[in-house]
This record gives sequence, C-alpha cells and structure tokens, in this order.
Amino acid sequence: MAEVVATNETILVVGGGISGMTAALEAAECGKNVVLIEKNPSLGGRVSQLYRYFPKLCHPTCGLEINLKRLRGNKRIRVLTLAEVAKVEGKSGDYSVTVNIKPRYVNENCTACGACGEAVSAEIPNPFNYNLSKIKAAYLPNAMAYPQRFVLDASIIGTPEADKAKAACKYNAIDLDQKEEILTIKAGAVVWATGWKPYDAAKIQPYGYDRIANVITSVEFERLADPHGPTGGKLLRPSDGKEAKNVAFIQCAGSRDRNHLKHCSRICCMASLKQTNYVTEKYGDEGQSSIYYIDIRAIDRFEDFYQKVRANKTVKFIKSKVANITEDKATGNPVLHGVDTEGYHRYDNAHDLVVLAVGMEPNVDAGKIMPGGVVADVSGFIDINSTTEAVFGAGCASNALDVNRAVQSATAASLRAIQVVNRVSRAEV
Amino acid sequence: MTTQAVEKYHNDFLKEVEKNVEMGHMVKMCMQCGVCSGSCPLGPAWEHPPQEIFMMIRAGKRDEVLTSDSMWMCTSCYNCIVRCPRELPITHIMHGLANYAHRLGIAPKQNPTRRFAQMFWKNITSTGRVNELKLSVGLYFMDGIASGIKKGLEMLPVGLGLMKTKRLDPMGMVSGHGCKGRADIQKMIKKATEIEDKRKGYAA
Ligand SMILES: Cc1cc2nc3c(=O)[nH]c(=O)nc-3n(C[C@H](O)[C@H](O)[C@H](O)COP(=O)(O)OP(=O)(O)OC[C@H]3O[C@@H](n4cnc5c(N)ncnc54)[C@H](O)[C@@H]3O)c2cc1C
Ligand code: SF4
Ligand code: SF4
Repeated sequence: MAEVVATNETILVVGGGISGMTAALEAAECGKNVVLIEKNPSLGGRVSQLYRYFPKLCHPTCGLEINLKRLRGNKRIRVLTLAEVAKVEGKSGDYSVTVNIKPRYVNENCTACGACGEAVSAEIPNPFNYNLSKIKAAYLPNAMAYPQRFVLDASIIGTPEADKAKAACKYNAIDLDQKEEILTIKAGAVVWATGWKPYDAAKIQPYGYDRIANVITSVEFERLADPHGPTGGKLLRPSDGKEAKNVAFIQCAGSRDRNHLKHCSRICCMASLKQTNYVTEKYGDEGQSSIYYIDIRAIDRFEDFYQKVRANKTVKFIKSKVANITEDKATGNPVLHGVDTEGYHRYDNAHDLVVLAVGMEPNVDAGKIMPGGVVADVSGFIDINSTTEAVFGAGCASNALDVNRAVQSATAASLRAIQVVNRVSRAEV
Repeated sequence: MTTQAVEKYHNDFLKEVEKNVEMGHMVKMCMQCGVCSGSCPLGPAWEHPPQEIFMMIRAGKRDEVLTSDSMWMCTSCYNCIVRCPRELPITHIMHGLANYAHRLGIAPKQNPTRRFAQMFWKNITSTGRVNELKLSVGLYFMDGIASGIKKGLEMLPVGLGLMKTKRLDPMGMVSGHGCKGRADIQKMIKKATEIEDKRKGYAA
C-alpha cells in the first residue's frame, strides 16, 4: 500500500514530534523532498500531551496548529505513521533505511465521523493519557491528531468487535486485511528526532511511585489539568478522587543522580513552576503548591517566569531533596520526610498529592542507531560532536530541551541535512 | 587586608580533611541536597547531620567539626550512601572524621560510641578474637557499678537464652578465648598502626 518515492537526495526525518515536524518543514520549504516517519498513529509527540506551554502558558494547539497547516500545504513531505526504523545502512549521501509499518486497519477514506468508535464496546488503556483512562478500541488518538483518521487497536482484530466497526463505517474506510509492511527507504541524510520518555519513576524506590496512589509524575499531572484528560481538567487525586489542593512538587526526580540519570533534564524546574499555575488557576488562594528543590534552574530568559511564581503567595519553596515518602493510611496523604538546606530543619510534611518532576530519557538509545557512526553520550542522547554519519540529532533525541530549544536544534539539523543532499545533487549533475 | 582576614578565608581545613580523613577527598563533591540527613534513621539525634558537616568543613569550622559528637552517631546502616545522588561514601567519611578527631585527641571524651569503640578494639586486639561476654559486661558497667548491675539484670533473660542455645560461653569470663596466631596478629596490627601514623603524620 505505502508507495514511497525516495532517492539519495531525499531527507528522512525519524520522529514526528515538534522537532521532527520542524526539521521536515524547514527542509521541504527549502525545496527538498522529505519522508517523515512517526511510530505513533499521529504526529505531535509529547508536546500534544501538555496542557499548557511555558513560558507563555498558551495551549499546545498554538505551535502545533501552525506546523500542521504548513505540513498540509506542502507536497514535498511524505508522512508515514505507525512506522518505526528497524535498521539504517549505508553512508553519508547514500542511506538505505528499513522501516516497519504497522497496520492501522483504517484507510484514507476515513472522515473521522466516529461511527466505528460508537459501534465498538471493547476498551483499551489510553496511551495519550498515560493510561490514566480508557478509550474505545476504535479511536482517534487525540483531538488534534494528524492525520485525522481513526485507528483500530490490534487486540480486536479477528474478533466480532472489528466486524462491528467495519459494519458501522459508511465510507468503506475499514480494511481488516491490512498487514504489517517492511519498506526500504533511500535517503541522502537522516534527521533523528525520536524525542524523549519520562524516566521510570518506580525506580526511585524511596518515593514509592509504585506503592503510594497519590504520588504521580509530572507528565500525568499535565493530563489531569487538561480538559481532554482523564478527569476532565479537574485536579483529582487517584486514591479517592478528592480535589488535590495542597500539591507538592519534587524536583530532580531521577535527574542529577548517579543512581539514575546523570544529567540535569533542564526542563523540569520550569515544568513544575508552570504547574503551580495550574493549581492557582483551579483553586485561586485556596490552592497551595510546595516545590522541593536542590536549586531552581530556570535558564536564561525563564528567570522572569521564576520570579513571577516566587511572588505568588500560595507557592512555597523548600530547598531540600526529599529523602523519602510514606503514606498516611488514614487519609491517603503522602508524607514527605527530609531535612532542608536553609537551617537544616527536619520536616515531615503531608500533602494531598505529590508530583514527581521526572527526568527526560532519550526514547532511543543513540548507540544502537548505527553503531560506530552515531555516537551516544553518557545518557544515550546523540552526541552531535562525535557522530560521523549524516545522521543529525534534533530536539530531545540530542539533549534534554524545552520546545524553543528543541525547535532551534531541529532547524540546525535540517540545515546540516540539506548541505549533505546538496552535495549529492551537485555530484550527480 | 589583614593577615587575619586572609586566614579566615583561607580554607585549610578542607585540605586537611582531604589529606587525613578516609575518603576526605570526596567531601567537595557534596551538592547540599540533604538526602543523606533525611535518610539517616538516627537523624534526629545528630546535632549536625552529614550534609551540614560537609558544609562546615568547607566553611573551615575545624573545631566545631572535630569536637562534635555528630559523626559518632553513625551506625553504618548505609542508607545515606545508597541514596546520595553524588555517590559520596558518607558512612566512611563519618567514621574517618571520628577516627581523625580521636587520633588528634580532641574527640569528645565521654562519647559512648567512642568509649565502646575503644573497648571493642582493646578486646579484639588483645586475643585476636572478640570475647562477646567480656565486651557486653564491659559495656554494661561502662557508667559505673550501679547502672551496670541494673542493665545486667535487665539483660539477664536474654543472656540465659543465649547460653541455653550455646550462643554464649559463660566460661568466656575466665578463659582466654584467644586465637592461634595471637602474637602474629598483634605484630601485624602494630606494623599497620606504624604505617598509618607515618602516612598521616601522627606522633608515634
Ligand atoms: C512535564 C513536562 C512538561 C513540559 N512542559 C513544557 C513546556 O511547557 N514548554 C516547553 O517548551 N517544553 C516543555 N516540556 C518539554 C517538551 O515536552 C519537549 O521539549 C518536546 O517534547 C521535545 O519535542 P521532540 O520532538 O524533540 O520530542 P517528542 O515530543 O518526544 O517527539 C518525538 C516523536 O518521535 C516519535 N518516535 C519515537 N521513537 C521513534 C522511532 N523509533 N521511530 C519513529 N518515531 C519515533 C515519538 O512517537 C514522538 O512522536 C515539558 C516536558 C515535561 C516532562
Ligand atoms: S531542571 Fe531542575 S528539576 Fe530538572 S533536573 Fe535540572 S535542576 Fe533538577
Ligand atoms: S546526599 Fe550526598 S550530595 Fe546530598 S547532601 Fe548528602 S552527601 Fe551531599
């Protein structure tokens, strides 16, 4: 099914988050042919799962909508979703990339009318909400999804549920015979933009993420705050659905720690500062945020944002890395234990909800992309200085970055890729 | 600037600790996060928790640190070491500081941990093997006859139980309970002490 025309003058972009979309658009708008592959059924990456962006606190629709508009209008970009790279072979100016494409079971005829979703009763955990809620097994990945096309989950294929979905579709868009495909795509250069994943919070044993219901992660908190999220935008805590008005944020959960991630994830201080706004937005003066930190790293321009949060009377700053968390069985409140650095006072503070500002890990270990040519740093990000192949890291595949910096790095990677394919085309004249 | 003011900011104490205290060179790696202090099960008993001790060393507070009884509170549970994000060997540094203060003769004289440690050292080095009965009796009577008898009576049922299950030899009080190469062990310890004294510059 998937016809892909690609030559060694094509730029392959791997990962369709904000970085991959940016890199693809920059190259295509410079007249290059681009194939953009994304492993999920929709583009957008982690940004689409945020409630609001710092520093301006706008909704992620802002940045994404503009990019999607540019994308729709550009004939030089071929987008493949549910596609994952299995192997990269060749050399600069002449790569051959093996890509696995999973079946969506829904073709281009889909109008996203939603009839299949209504017909199906089976439910699956919703990955868009970090599995905090369920979704029908025939679903649109999210409201902003691109392509705006439904997906049938593989778990219902071969069951009467799939037949129900097919029968409900008026546009003949459901194709239950789709099979996994393996494609080989040629490319002169590759932009690697596979992004990040949250560090596995359960590995930080003393914080009890796997034992205490009301200890959650920062990415989950984004979903709680979002009206499209599992709680319809209410900050309800998991144990009893009570409104969480007294929220603690624990910084460096997994970052800057030789037992976990060695690097500073750079965005989590800003993410927590931003999230205190969610508490204020929902509860006004009744809300209470406490940030437990080693030091606040609101880098360069973000200092203003930090100072504004500092001025908010409902936000407390406690200079201390929390030692451990226990649960008050009677109330379900997590209790934070530690000693602060400003006076060495011992504390045992109870909160309604604890948000772990988890660190960023690369989605793909860079050392496994093209062993030898693509070099990983200590944390598994692409080390752009030591990499010798024309595989250019962009966004969070190359470092822990906020959106602004991710997009800058994507433009840089795109420029590098353009130079490589320009060289190829000159050689062939 | 007067020499005095210069002296004040000239931090020789950190260098002294780096040179003389076990694992002292790691003190400067501390980033003052507080996890060690919060993780210590004896935490509330410390006047200066480890995090503070590290800061005091860097601030040049030599006397306050070395005469403190804080590091003598460490029970070697290793909770802090496994959690420290900078992998400081906190337990070892605490023992190192205690040992250094003791060798300089400025450790708190009446500190029970120090006294017990001395008793233990004498006990084990004299015969080459720990005599548990003598050690525990010694410990009970550390603060005088009256409190010793009281503690001994409190612990009597435990002692009898241990005897019944052959975990405690009542003859230990009189028998030598030594090991075979006792003289050789003592020679080894003497030599090791000599080497350490020389390396760390203690008067022999
Ligand atoms: C709690 C939290 C809040 C945040 N809030 C903000 C904020 O307010 N403002 C801000 O500027 N930044 C924020 N960030 C940072 C922001 O999320 C990142 O900067 C951004 O997601 C980086 O985009 P990316 O495209 O590099 O990576 P991603 O968003 O991770 O996108 C990578 C894409 O690649 C795809 N992919 C992965 N592996 C493969 C593969 N093998 N093959 C094909 N495709 C693959 C993924 O499915 C994904 O779509 C926040 C981060 C956290 C943790
Ligand atoms: S950005 Fe802040 S919370 Fe995140 S790792 Fe760095 S210092 Fe810690
Ligand atoms: S846990 Fe480690 S880094 Fe943190 S204060 Fe203690 S010694 Fe310093």
